[in-house]
Amino acid sequence: MSQGIEVVGLYVRDQDEAVEFYVGKLGFRVHTDARNGNYRWLTVQHPEQPSFQLGLFAPEQPALDAATVQAMREIVAKGGMPPLVLVVDDCRAACEQMRSRGVEFTQEPIDRYGRVDASFRDPSGNGWKIIQAR
Amino acid sequence: MTTSLARASKRVPAPASQDPELLRRLLRAKDRMDAASHEEWPVSRLARVSCVSEAHFARSFKDAFGVPPHRYLLTRRIERATALLRDTNLPIIDIAFQTGWKSLGTFGRTFRDITGESPGDLRSQQKATLHELERVPACFVSAAQRPALTIAVSEKRRQEARDINDASEQEEVS
Repeated sequence: MSQGIEVVGLYVRDQDEAVEFYVGKLGFRVHTDARNGNYRWLTVQHPEQPSFQLGLFAPEQPALDAATVQAMREIVAKGGMPPLVLVVDDCRAACEQMRSRGVEFTQEPIDRYGRVDASFRDPSGNGWKIIQAR
Repeated sequence: MTTSLARASKRVPAPASQDPELLRRLLRAKDRMDAASHEEWPVSRLARVSCVSEAHFARSFKDAFGVPPHRYLLTRRIERATALLRDTNLPIIDIAFQTGWKSLGTFGRTFRDITGESPGDLRSQQKATLHELERVPACFVSAAQRPALTIAVSEKRRQEARDINDASEQEEVS
């Protein structure tokens, strides 16, 4: 595939903490970690999805003005960002493994419409749904 | 001039910016209510989840999420009850107890005050319309279908009573 979506970004409160979470706890890999002064372009990848990168960006000046940076940080911390969905082969097993690594679940796995699903948040407040593949 | 001044003085000031670190902890309390809205959530319990004092919790939760915590819980329960009325054939009394009410009467009255319909009427309407909600992850449906409750239920009751009185007075006049 040569056309399509390559990067979609999230706002996180702290990029080091985000790497620790997405790589250390969820098992993603770092794709790009490029720094220039205070600026850091950081993307991670799901090990089974090489064509897609998840950007872990910090709302920062000067890309945004100070008031917007503050507003963004508040919105992320309040869970106001859009939904994210992760698909796994075995939801209960995946949740068990993630929990043992210290992931904070907001909804235990339940069977709904014939599929198991659960919810968790990253340390910043971004909410993920984790759903069993059909 | 006077009217615009009066309006300006009535304007609700935008809540001052809040510490993101505190907001993240308030979100944790909100998540816990979402996960178990049938349980009792006194401010003392919520404040413990967020690691703040009770007074601080109540005030900052409202600033952050626009409604006091008990009212947020109420809307969650009504949303759960609506979903169970729509998706199951459980008796209404079971739904009332499952969603955290202690009596069928309180449930029915609060449900009608908030949604404008009785649980039974809402069920027959919802059952008559087709849904494709199984295609949407359930927690997003829940969040989206929570009723908006911008005023207290008691205030809503008073308003409706006033409207009825006004209407009957007008009829008497004409």
